[in-house]
Amino acid sequence: MGNKIEVSNLNFYYGKAQALYDISLAVPEREVVAFIGPSGCGKSTFLRTLNRMNDTIPSARVDGTVTIDGRNIYAPDTDVVSLRRRVGMVFQKSNPFPKSIFENVAYGIRINRIHQNKADLAERVEKALRDAALWDEVKDRLNESAYGISGGQQQRLCIARALAVQPDIILMDEPASALDPIATQKIEELVVELKNNYSIVIVTHNMQQAARVSDKTAFFMLGKLIEYNSTQKMFTSPDEKLTEDYITGRFG
Amino acid sequence: MLYICAGSVLAITLTMVVAMTQSSWLSIKEFGLGFLVGQVWDPVKGEFGALPFIWGTIASSVLALIIAVPLSVAVAIFLVEQAPRSLARPLGFLVELLAAIPSVVYGLWAIFVLAPLLRIYVQPFLQSLFGWLPLFQGTATGIGLLTGGVVLAIMITPIITAVTRDVLEAVPVTQREASLALGATRWETTKIVLSNASSGIAGAVILGLGRAIGETMAVTMVIGNRPQISASLFDPAYSIASVIANEFTEATGDLYISALTEMGLILFIVTFVVTGLAKLLIMSVANRNLPQN
Amino acid sequence: MTVTTAACAFGVVAVLLVILGFITYQGISSVSWEFLVDTPKPVGEGGGIGNAIVGSLILLGLASAVGIPVGVAVGTYLAELGGNWFGKTVRFVADTMIGVPSIVFGVFIYGLIVVRQGYFSTLAGSAALALIMIPIVARTTEEMIKLVPNTMREGALALGAPQWRVTVDIVLPAAMAGIATGAMLAVARVLGETAPLLFTAFGSRFYNIYLDEPMASLTVQIYHYAISPFEEWHAKAWAATLVLITLILGINILVRFVTRRRF
Repeated sequence: MGNKIEVSNLNFYYGKAQALYDISLAVPEREVVAFIGPSGCGKSTFLRTLNRMNDTIPSARVDGTVTIDGRNIYAPDTDVVSLRRRVGMVFQKSNPFPKSIFENVAYGIRINRIHQNKADLAERVEKALRDAALWDEVKDRLNESAYGISGGQQQRLCIARALAVQPDIILMDEPASALDPIATQKIEELVVELKNNYSIVIVTHNMQQAARVSDKTAFFMLGKLIEYNSTQKMFTSPDEKLTEDYITGRFG
Repeated sequence: MLYICAGSVLAITLTMVVAMTQSSWLSIKEFGLGFLVGQVWDPVKGEFGALPFIWGTIASSVLALIIAVPLSVAVAIFLVEQAPRSLARPLGFLVELLAAIPSVVYGLWAIFVLAPLLRIYVQPFLQSLFGWLPLFQGTATGIGLLTGGVVLAIMITPIITAVTRDVLEAVPVTQREASLALGATRWETTKIVLSNASSGIAGAVILGLGRAIGETMAVTMVIGNRPQISASLFDPAYSIASVIANEFTEATGDLYISALTEMGLILFIVTFVVTGLAKLLIMSVANRNLPQN
Repeated sequence: MTVTTAACAFGVVAVLLVILGFITYQGISSVSWEFLVDTPKPVGEGGGIGNAIVGSLILLGLASAVGIPVGVAVGTYLAELGGNWFGKTVRFVADTMIGVPSIVFGVFIYGLIVVRQGYFSTLAGSAALALIMIPIVARTTEEMIKLVPNTMREGALALGAPQWRVTVDIVLPAAMAGIATGAMLAVARVLGETAPLLFTAFGSRFYNIYLDEPMASLTVQIYHYAISPFEEWHAKAWAATLVLITLILGINILVRFVTRRRF
């Protein structure tokens, strides 16, 4: 299988402060890649360079290339809006819109004009909610406010919302960090399930989670990519001493 | 679209300066800087000097500050540092409601309640104590600089209080805790908080000054509207805003209108500068106390 | 010390209550149906504030129709795109314009519209009020929009929504309650304005709906009643004030309770 995302020599700056140093890494198609590392190591910043979410920060600056399906997303002619449609994102804290459950999922479909008619829209919303393993829990209250469901359900709603616009890639920024163990387990099962159709990058501070869900793992520290290997190797016999120290809990 | 709308704010401001300068050009050309120090205001002879009005504006505003500043700071301290939250919230809201009362209503109240009150009780009392000072000589009529200053004080108190309260609230709790942990009393702690917030409070005071300078209706209704410079607080005076309000519709002759417009321009520039200064001071406190991470 | 500051606080509140109490006491006896619908009449013949109430509503309606949308647009710009020097300048100028006395806007509009047209008019009065409203609405709108969590914007951006759709679909609806509150407070504020109307809308003794004629307003009517030498008119001034203050404080208190339930 080919690589979905290829990053080479990426440097990232907030104003004068450099946050990422010379990162190169590839995300294979239909696999789950986990980013781990101590807080402040740049893993979330790096994740946000993959859909150009950092563009919203005025002082941010990037050099190096990120290619998705062979095309550099930092090329001047890139349409950021259509890029973000293809690269879905799920955030650390669930962020449903102040709308109904249905409208939350429908929003992305509407703005991207993916649907043909009303029935098609409803079908797509249902499919996204099913894919996010949420349909059975909310099918009877689609028109209620999205704020009325639990935190774990809200996060799966946000996943459904991202799935609804049919991305090929899903970025997840510590999607379970604010959830209880049962809700977390549901999200993790979902990630493994979604792998069949999507390439997934997940940032997590929970190493067991990385070990459970991912095929490959990247370890970041102080803005540098220390090691990138198959998850199995990372957690049994990492190449780098630093990785081993981190995974065995000697720091971080 | 939004950009154009935002630009309109700047455009309006610029247009105001330019248009008002244009309208007052006749007067500016005729009197030059002498306009600011001329003491005679005689529309019949076509002689226009702004000094009596500048004096009336400054005197009434300063008087208002002398009354309002200690009062407002005390109220703000009470609301932020001393009162329990359940009391501070409704009290703060009631104080803010004072700011919602229209100027013309203050004026009405001042004519029929405040002025008689001052004439019958306060002015004789002041005269009996400090009658030897020129400040308190003359006939106590209830209409004049003193009444104007007092009503202005009431009107700017909610503004100064509200801003001072915000500034005090911006001082981090950790500072209070640090002081208390050193064994300081609550009052000593409050003093530290005040000194930390001092430039913001100065901003609040200047903001109040800006309001007082431009306040029109209430002052017009009680200040007496006589263009004179008198040492006594009991004598009638006249303010810049008041003369515009009173004479603009009746002004005949281009020079007269032009002179009144120049008054408006002066008012605009002065209040703009004063308010801008206040905002800068208030911002400096807010920025200094931003949470650092 | 606490005793002194508490006394100051309660003293200030007492002044408010005394003023409100006195207005009610003086005004209530003259408020009647006739007073609310009649036009002003010469001394001794009764008369009321009907045309002034209608005039205030028309002036306010026109001013709001311009002032609120422009103000909301400016505020939206400042909150969503105003981080650059241009935004900072606009924010500072808007802040400062809030402190500029309202009579200055009257002088400006007088020169701009009244002199050119040659007569006082509703249009001129509304224009002055609209200019006063814009910066107030702009700043409250900005504050309200800034309360919308950034995560919500990012959520929409990440779905491939262009910036303007994020603002229109997500941010503005989320901030709507707050923006409406700010707009209402601005309306209450200009409802109480007198000075900018004195030589723009001027005042009128008749019912009027024409934009190119002088227009009565509650505040200017109160002013004329108040500075007259007649007892009877003074009573009318109090009664009109009672009506005005009920409207203004009503809006303020209503807004207070609505927002408290929201946040």
